[in-house]
Amino acid sequence: MTVKDLIDSGEFKIINDEGDTAAEITDVFCCDLLSVAMAHAPGGSAWVTVMANMNTLAVASLTGVSCVILAEKAEMDEMALSKARQQEIIVLATDKPIFKAALTVYGKLAK
Amino acid sequence: MNDALDSGASPENGSDEPLVLDYTVVKDDFTRAGEASGDVKKKLRMAGINPAAIRKVSICMYEGEINMVIHADGGGIRVEIYGDRVRMILKDKGPGIKDVDKAMQAGWSTASEEARNLGFGAGMGLPNMKKNSDSMDIQTVIGTGTTVTMVVNY
Ligand SMILES: Nc1ncnc2c1ncn2[C@@H]1O[C@H](COP(=O)(O)OP(=O)(O)OP(=O)(O)O)[C@@H](O)[C@H]1O
Ligand SMILES: [Mg+2]
Repeated sequence: MTVKDLIDSGEFKIINDEGDTAAEITDVFCCDLLSVAMAHAPGGSAWVTVMANMNTLAVASLTGVSCVILAEKAEMDEMALSKARQQEIIVLATDKPIFKAALTVYGKLAK
Repeated sequence: MNDALDSGASPENGSDEPLVLDYTVVKDDFTRAGEASGDVKKKLRMAGINPAAIRKVSICMYEGEINMVIHADGGGIRVEIYGDRVRMILKDKGPGIKDVDKAMQAGWSTASEEARNLGFGAGMGLPNMKKNSDSMDIQTVIGTGTTVTMVVNY
């Protein structure tokens, strides 16, 4: 499944879709501790987190995840949003808690 | 941080002139932290360095950079890019590290509430740096500051 396929499923709100939407989603990863995500987020994974700040984007960019999914209604401020656009990091959002959000992606991956 | 390149730089491997990059890191500037690592990553990519090595350098730089922002009063980072390796020298002004062995342990952290609210403070930064570098050295003076030097070979 590509990032575009996930966007097209309509399950998630689009926060920023300027970026590589053709990228394949290879895995799902959940973590809010940035240095743990830094160490373990698989490249190409969809990273589900409630951390919605500039540092989330820095970690997303350095680990090469395919997209960031903000769970639990976490919101990005304007500055982080413009950084996401500038760095072309795809950001989606949902009201669901982290596990359910990840499960939604996982269910689609498995198909 | 703009003074001349440390003349003691690995003379035994000194045949190739490194590309030198200098960055300033500002205390408590959480929003800009990560810019230096992002820039280095871009330059290594342009240089055609293998992605696995770039990932290692990025992790080392970012964790070190964040530590300078949240635990110290900022400082400077010098990156030397050689034909076969990258050397990163992160030098901060700050409180220093009282017990380096403890600080190196996974899970040990003195991160502030503010830093924790931003997702830092797992106590995994230094272990990540150790794991992703081929050599790592910490020089620290209490009340003065800390210098972390890391090398990643390609
Ligand atoms: N540059 C520094 N100056 C002063 N103290 C430091 C510095 N770097 C690390 N430390 C000390 O070492 C501890 C461990 O650092 P480490 O990077 O492993 O974890 P952390 O920064 O607390 O959390 P994380 O990196 O997981 O977000 C810190 O909590 C801090 O007490
Ligand atoms: Mg740290």
